[in-house]
Amino acid sequence: MTSHTTLFAPLLIASVAFFCFSLYRRLALVRLGQPEDRFDHPGRRLQEMLRYAFAQLRVVQRPFGLNHFVIFWSFMILALANAEFLVNGVIPQASLAALPEGVHHLLLLAFDFVSIFALVAVCFSLARRLFFKPDYLDSRYVKARSLEGFLILLFIALLMVAYFGMHGALLAMGEDPGAAPFMPVSRFTASLLAPFGNQLPGVAELFWWIHALVLCAFICLLPRSKHMHIITAIPNCYFGSLEQPNTQPRERFEKGETFGVGQVDGFTWKDLFDGFSCTECGRCQDACPANNTGKPLNPRQIVHAIKMNLMENADDLAAGKKPHLPLIGAEGEGTNTEDAIWSCTTCGACMEVCPVLIEQMPKIVKMRRHLVETEARFPEELLNLFENMEQRSNPWGIAPSERTKWHGPMDVQRFEAGQTEYLLYVGCAGSFDSRTKHVTVALATVLNAAGISWGILGKDEKCCGDSLRRLGNEYLFDKMAKENAALFTERGVKKVIVLCPHCLNTLKNDYRQYGLDLEVVHHSELIESLLEAGRIKLHDGAKELGKVAYHDPCYLGRHNKVYDAPRAVVAAATGKAPAEMERNRDNSFCCGAGGGRMWMEEHQGDRVNHHRVDETLKQSPDTVCVACPYCMTMFEDGLKDRGKPEVRVRDIAEIVAEGLRPKA
Amino acid sequence: MLVVACIKQVPDTTQVQIDPVTNTLVREGIPFIVNPYDTHAVEAALRLKDEFGFRVAAISMGPPNAEATLRRALAWGVDQAILLSDRAFGGADTLATSRVLAAAIERLSAEEEVGVVICGKQTIDGDTAQVGPGIATRLDLEQLTLVDRVEAFDQKGRTIRVRRKLEGRHEIVEAPLPVLLTVVRELNRPRYPSVPMRLASQEAEVQVWDNKVLKLNVEEIGLKGSPTWVSRIFSPERDKGEIVGDGVNDPEGAADLLIQKMLEKDLLTV
Ligand code: SF4
Ligand code: SF4
Repeated sequence: MTSHTTLFAPLLIASVAFFCFSLYRRLALVRLGQPEDRFDHPGRRLQEMLRYAFAQLRVVQRPFGLNHFVIFWSFMILALANAEFLVNGVIPQASLAALPEGVHHLLLLAFDFVSIFALVAVCFSLARRLFFKPDYLDSRYVKARSLEGFLILLFIALLMVAYFGMHGALLAMGEDPGAAPFMPVSRFTASLLAPFGNQLPGVAELFWWIHALVLCAFICLLPRSKHMHIITAIPNCYFGSLEQPNTQPRERFEKGETFGVGQVDGFTWKDLFDGFSCTECGRCQDACPANNTGKPLNPRQIVHAIKMNLMENADDLAAGKKPHLPLIGAEGEGTNTEDAIWSCTTCGACMEVCPVLIEQMPKIVKMRRHLVETEARFPEELLNLFENMEQRSNPWGIAPSERTKWHGPMDVQRFEAGQTEYLLYVGCAGSFDSRTKHVTVALATVLNAAGISWGILGKDEKCCGDSLRRLGNEYLFDKMAKENAALFTERGVKKVIVLCPHCLNTLKNDYRQYGLDLEVVHHSELIESLLEAGRIKLHDGAKELGKVAYHDPCYLGRHNKVYDAPRAVVAAATGKAPAEMERNRDNSFCCGAGGGRMWMEEHQGDRVNHHRVDETLKQSPDTVCVACPYCMTMFEDGLKDRGKPEVRVRDIAEIVAEGLRPKA
Repeated sequence: MLVVACIKQVPDTTQVQIDPVTNTLVREGIPFIVNPYDTHAVEAALRLKDEFGFRVAAISMGPPNAEATLRRALAWGVDQAILLSDRAFGGADTLATSRVLAAAIERLSAEEEVGVVICGKQTIDGDTAQVGPGIATRLDLEQLTLVDRVEAFDQKGRTIRVRRKLEGRHEIVEAPLPVLLTVVRELNRPRYPSVPMRLASQEAEVQVWDNKVLKLNVEEIGLKGSPTWVSRIFSPERDKGEIVGDGVNDPEGAADLLIQKMLEKDLLTV
């Protein structure tokens, strides 16, 4: 089959050139982004890449993921077959047949099997798109039943069919009889094609050309479609964030700097690369509490809009002009609405499920920063919050002198370095919120019962600034973080107990950026270790709580990976493992209050807490166990709204405190 | 045309306590804030700037550290900030204060016509509501107090029409420029300073005018020029509360009564 060389060589060269050109055009856009160091820790990065890109850990968590796994690995293996095919088409002497016979036969066997697997998997995918399409495959601007999706599947199927047709015809012609035993499927097609008799060379030629043309078309289409992820997903996993996902980089507050991202080239190169890596699988939108409750936010849409915006504005940016399509503005392809940006609870569910490690939420926070810091434009409820934080270092604007009121007549020591082991960082909710004050008292009781040496900062304690950072008010957050870092250093604080996962995340992860390396424990973790060490003697008071269901707070679970400790504590106190909701642990569904949403109205769609409460009620619990003050508020409100005030909401510390006393 | 906003730095009174022995305010460690009513005055001035392109100056009488208050005003977007600070101004009552502020405004008007002066209705530390009207009197300006809405500003006809918030009613009044307004919180929502504005405000100039600049008679300013002085500050003995309404048998009626009382006391607005 040397005849096609003269025709094929220019075609292949043209396709490859087109591929390189398209790829270059797109990747050159990525270079418009801001610098960001994602080249550190090559070992850890390699590991992430192996886990997520090659082992497809997140892909296979969905029923149809296995299908993708098969296609991916077929692709990897057939890449060799296809490379040979292409090279051989131009240089007929280059062939895998030159390898030792055993190896060559083994490869042929593998190719045959893998091709048939791939063909079956593709048929499944086609059927799924046609007949059982789940909602999450669609979004506003991207429809799963798009021509592109079908075209790619069709291409893959055609490649496989052509492969078998070509090899079947060759086998039927009696070429390379030694290889026949290693190609069971091709042998089968050979038997089908045998009746063509002396027309077989023509049939082989036909299949060869189908294979060649489809392959060239595939190469041309690849960088222009969502299937670009075939090229970008693997490096994207390599360059994924190794940080705690919720910790955004600091900003420099100097004249001439920009604050947040209001224009697409303000994103980092990795943010832009994310756009070209999105597979449009819809996992993030399916997990997103905002999207689930009818808010205008869809994390996948955010990633998509950034990509479209970049491509639309490419010429302007290259010419150093202001982009004509706004990044934030009215609803439309390539633009994010402010409503969408403000709907995010920063729960991290999107990032937890994304198979290619895209970081949706930090992009949202970056745009919030732009709105708050550069434009000073935000939902009006937040004005009070920001002013209260700035003036009184708490969200409610209560006088700081009232920070110690929670303990009433209880004897509470001030933290003294060298004399007290732990600082109990009470936090704003623990200090001021009437419901959470009970939690603080319960925790204090438990700590005393265990003989822990602890103290508080009293009225010198300041807010940690979590809500500010998530809301994009980085300027104020920066100020508060610096104040807190100075205060903790001055007081010699090393070990901290917190009862709020937001304080936990901020003190433990965010403050690292301020040179503060504290040992911070959430009370559930501490109590678990105290129980294990036998330092807390439990009676059976907590058994009166009946059936207990546990809700994972996003900032304790997903953001800090504490899943087992609270469950162990509940089990120890009540004698029974807590009931699990449908969505639990890393898949938990937000209560709706994170990301500063606690301080905002929920005008659009359903309430997030109603969805979560409904899910909880399916377990018919007597008590819902929470481990976060925000969750406490959201559950208490949600249960009232749902006419179930008899279902109790208890913090984990309260459950243990009740366990300290005998059953009434 | 120049619009002047008068602002004051005040201690955050929710955090202030009274020393029971000396009967003075314990100010130690208490943060200072911009008098909340004055933030609405600055916002009103800035809205005139946004709409008509006027220049806005913020003036404040106070100790040197009151500069922070003026920086805040600069971050909001005022064009000029002047701190009136001199030992001779210290200890002033409302009369002496209004003399200093009036002198500063007069001096400003020598450069550019001052069309509107805006003050907060009162300060949260003194609660007298006298300084605004005092300035108007000294400068012979029309005074429109307790403004909760600017109905119309006629640049050509040189008039302003505003709504005044009085107890249980509103009044719409109109006056020719130049005028002095004192404003209530319902007037507007103060803007939030952007970071670039904050950073710029840190570098902007805050002019300091002392009495060498204003050249007022020292007998008429500061403690000497103040006919009123504070003889005692104390927390009032609180009478036992009176129980009104019947929350047990008529919860709705009791709730209505509560809302009514809160409206009367200006704790709620509809
Ligand atoms: S962080 Fe949560 S709320 Fe925000 S986009 Fe992701 S899934 Fe949605
Ligand atoms: S961002 Fe990730 S999870 Fe969301 S659609 Fe794209 S690939 Fe899927």
